[in-house]
Amino acid sequence: MDHGLWTNKNMAYDKFNILTSTAVPLPIENVDTDQIIPARFLKATERVGFGDNLFRDWRYNADNTPKSDFVLNDPTYSGKILVGGKNFGSGSSREHAAWSVYDYGFRCVVSSFFADIFRGNCLNVGVLPVQISPEFLEKIFAAIYADPKTELEVNLEAQTITLLSTGEKESFDINGYKKNNLLNGFDDIDYLQSIKGEIEEFAKQLPL
Amino acid sequence: MSKTLFDKVWDAHVVRKIEDGPDVLFIDRHLIHEVTSPVAFLGLKSRGTRVLYPNRTFATADHNTPTIHQDQPVADPLSANQLHMLEENSKEYGISHWGLGHQKNGIVHVVGPEYGITQPGATIVCGDSHTSTHGAFGAIAFGIGTSEVEMVLATQCIMQPKPKKMRININGKLGKAVTPKDVALFIISQLTTSGATGYFVEYAGDVFENMTMEGRMTVCNLSIEMGARGGMIAPDETTINYVKGREFSPKGEAWDKALAYYKTLKTDEGAVFDKELTFDGSTIEPMITYGTNPGMGMGISHNIPDAEQVEGGVATYEKSLGYMGFHEGDAMIGKPVDFVFVGSCTNGRIEDFRAFTSLVKGKHKADNVTAWLVPGSHIVEAQIKEEGLLDILNEAGFELRQPGCSACLAMNDDKVPAGKYAVSTSNRNFEGRQGPGARTMLASPLVAAAAAVTGVVTDPRTLIEELV
Repeated sequence: MDHGLWTNKNMAYDKFNILTSTAVPLPIENVDTDQIIPARFLKATERVGFGDNLFRDWRYNADNTPKSDFVLNDPTYSGKILVGGKNFGSGSSREHAAWSVYDYGFRCVVSSFFADIFRGNCLNVGVLPVQISPEFLEKIFAAIYADPKTELEVNLEAQTITLLSTGEKESFDINGYKKNNLLNGFDDIDYLQSIKGEIEEFAKQLPL
Repeated sequence: MSKTLFDKVWDAHVVRKIEDGPDVLFIDRHLIHEVTSPVAFLGLKSRGTRVLYPNRTFATADHNTPTIHQDQPVADPLSANQLHMLEENSKEYGISHWGLGHQKNGIVHVVGPEYGITQPGATIVCGDSHTSTHGAFGAIAFGIGTSEVEMVLATQCIMQPKPKKMRININGKLGKAVTPKDVALFIISQLTTSGATGYFVEYAGDVFENMTMEGRMTVCNLSIEMGARGGMIAPDETTINYVKGREFSPKGEAWDKALAYYKTLKTDEGAVFDKELTFDGSTIEPMITYGTNPGMGMGISHNIPDAEQVEGGVATYEKSLGYMGFHEGDAMIGKPVDFVFVGSCTNGRIEDFRAFTSLVKGKHKADNVTAWLVPGSHIVEAQIKEEGLLDILNEAGFELRQPGCSACLAMNDDKVPAGKYAVSTSNRNFEGRQGPGARTMLASPLVAAAAAVTGVVTDPRTLIEELV
């Protein structure tokens, strides 16, 4: 939760390599970005404090008291990995959703399917989306519920996710460019600025 | 080689392909609003970077703006601050800014096309997922995150892997009271809320060819609700007639050149899609949603399906129906309605208000219903008045508010209270979308009108015998 890192050139987020952590289970499908961060919390003009409102309306009652049955309020479960149901992050393009996930302390979201824009936003802010098979997702949920101290190892370099209690692992996809960015803490603007001359030349021949 | 419409536009904008990585895609037009831009400008400042092409970015305030008393200062200090930041940032970087009170102010996806910013064959992005709206013109248009807003400001490019391609064909005559919104909700109900994720969709067939630009915008707008990054429709005479002569449309020689380009914008015979679906337009009914994502929709005369009949987990389905206070097997007809919202980038255009007015004409708003009618722009607002619709609406007990996103996402004061039911012409029925605890049923302006005058969910076909 190092807010100060966000806007530093060449280092928009912490580098990602191997993450070994317990995980928080959220076995709900179609978790949309309005649930991750409701629109009324999008009024900030700086990228700070969004973790406090992550899953706000599932996490707190209208009077701001915590809802005891929501997993983020259950001390049994903790960790830097959020494990969600199918089609995680659908809906609005608000990058605030990815900021909230990061700011709360998650560095990785695991699901059997991600919505496109959310996945891209995560990659741009240093949260690794790991897409696995529905079968492995079920195994991970079961393992966490059987033992909340169960750890997952996410290895970006090797592109694998391992359930450490059983040694079962799956590989996941990420393109080489984005992988390199995450491993080194680079961002796209650094790259694009390095080819600015090429962009300006390209613009001259456009039909519109 | 045969190419799809999507390929033609995409390939014409690729600055560079990165091996085992995304394409560097040049963006012709960039729309910004107050909510997703401030952090992008902060990023520019910290990098000490200028905006590469300020004349390719356009700013309008819409998400946060009040829909009454727009001439007065905005009461909420956080909203006021965002509006102020948009103005300041636009001024500092030389970007056109249509703030609150400006004659051109309105919902970004309504004013973009109205002023000709939206052009066939263009690449258009905005920090808003409903940017897919502009695909109605044969543009590649999609929503982006704030990091990407910063990229476009700084370099006029974003980095995107090329999506897969899907074509959805619908032919046939649409039934009575079946509108473009119903066609879109029908498609989403068939594909589910994630069925087009990873794809860019082209809509083809006479159902779309026969639609006005307003109708096509409604359809393309909702592409994101089945997970598609965007949707597009090949430009034709309808498109060209709409675009011609608008303020930012090409003029003179530039128009002739543009027109030649527009005419190339269609999918070649034999071009291959990764996925192709075909539906019969005549089977589509007026639609309504019963759950908490836009894929949970059905013909209004049907009953809510059982968990076994729908794709996905039972627990998620039950959570959704529980939130709505509905049960498997319930009829939607007759469900109580507390609020009706007509507006948003989905259904906030003149055609939507014409449809709503045509049904409520000579009837009266039900006493139990609070109705918010919010035009998408000042142009729409003026048209409503000029066409005499406002008088009819007033007589039927309705009032018109001022342009903005309003209750679609309830960032301003237009919030549906917890537990209350809204029939809404907007795009999302997610939990809390229209206010914490609010329960949303998505539908067309005609279904909204039927609910508004009867106070319950009503099949509009029973109220408009004379309409075909």
